[in-house]
Amino acid sequence: MSNYDVIIIGGGPAGLTAAVYCRRRELKTLVIAKAVGGQAALAHEVQNWPGTESISGFELTQQMKAQADKWGAEFISDEVLAVAEGEKILVKTTQGEYQTEAVILAFGLTPRDLGVPGEKEFTGRGVSYCATCDGPLFKNKSVAVVGGGNAASEAAEYLSRLAKQVFLLSDTCDAAAEATLVDKVKAIKNISVTCGLKVVSIEGEGQVASIKYTDLKNNENKKLSLDGVFIEIGYSPKTAWLKGVVDLNERGEVQADKAGLTSVKGIFAAGDCTDVGFKQIVIAAGEGAKAALSAYKYLAANKGQTARPDWGEKK
Amino acid sequence: MSEIIFTDANFEAEVLKSDKVVLVDFFATWCGPCKMQGPIIEELAKEIGDKAKVGAMDVDVNPATAGKYNVMSIPTLIVFKNGEVKNTMMGLQGKEQLKAEIEKYV
Repeated sequence: MSNYDVIIIGGGPAGLTAAVYCRRRELKTLVIAKAVGGQAALAHEVQNWPGTESISGFELTQQMKAQADKWGAEFISDEVLAVAEGEKILVKTTQGEYQTEAVILAFGLTPRDLGVPGEKEFTGRGVSYCATCDGPLFKNKSVAVVGGGNAASEAAEYLSRLAKQVFLLSDTCDAAAEATLVDKVKAIKNISVTCGLKVVSIEGEGQVASIKYTDLKNNENKKLSLDGVFIEIGYSPKTAWLKGVVDLNERGEVQADKAGLTSVKGIFAAGDCTDVGFKQIVIAAGEGAKAALSAYKYLAANKGQTARPDWGEKK
Repeated sequence: MSEIIFTDANFEAEVLKSDKVVLVDFFATWCGPCKMQGPIIEELAKEIGDKAKVGAMDVDVNPATAGKYNVMSIPTLIVFKNGEVKNTMMGLQGKEQLKAEIEKYV
């Protein structure tokens, strides 16, 4: 089994920055992530990364990856299933097992699912979590967007330019989206907005044909015939696999202190998967650096060495 | 082997009539997760060598094949053997998982 000083789980700004910092401290570092970039890579344009006026999220995260490569971080494109404590920490992926002295959890957030019958079955068969990816495949068709926030309104606006009819369905009528956006969406002819409902199921044969919901005002069940359902109800950390391993808060976020320490020695956390107050690229990157330096300090102490700051030029 | 560009025109010869297992990544240039999938497919094609064929197909330029296989979400990754669909995976996939999936049919 391969042995590492640090295994970083996640390849977004937090994980990639942590990789750079770990390698500058000469720690044997492996990054395990399905793909490089995370949610940040999907950002069309980033305008608040200091020192760069405007850059696409994909390009920015590719540059971070190149920097981590340059410093000698190893990468595996796989998904982690479990982390187990022992004399060393064992990291299990879908295809392998790795041993490490320290782990940095930096896997960010995943689109939240609705949790209704038919949703899983029809994912990729009419159910989508990415309007900008799959929207163009629904040209001149009828689609629903489920959600009440900005993301849902933006998705509906985008889809209205492609689809024949867009139904925007949200549970609450107290719009969670910005007023200007709500007004804009309401003014679009082929968008019909319905609020105060609960989606019951997504139905079809082989692919989506309809959506069923309950109108919460009168408890009536209704059915809409359509070709696609876009789910835009936000993001949540996918941490069910960490229950009982590290402390999570009520939202399922990994609890980490100011230095990136979790409730377990040797396990650190950074970025959007933690209880950090703001989900931002620059914050995730900073958190990744902190977690890496904390991991370095922890490993140095284990070996009876003194930790030094990461300043100056290194070759 | 390096990554192959599949098209409506070469699909039959390169995929359906191939004597090797073929992985096709259905993508579009406008799609963010497809961009993230791209480098993974490139690396996978190199690593898998002559064992299998790995390549990508732009659904915008090749609507006939994408339509035939009912691609409604991108990226969609399909494993073919002897002209038959062996497995369809939707959404971004890791390299190790894709490799394991191909190896099942090699």
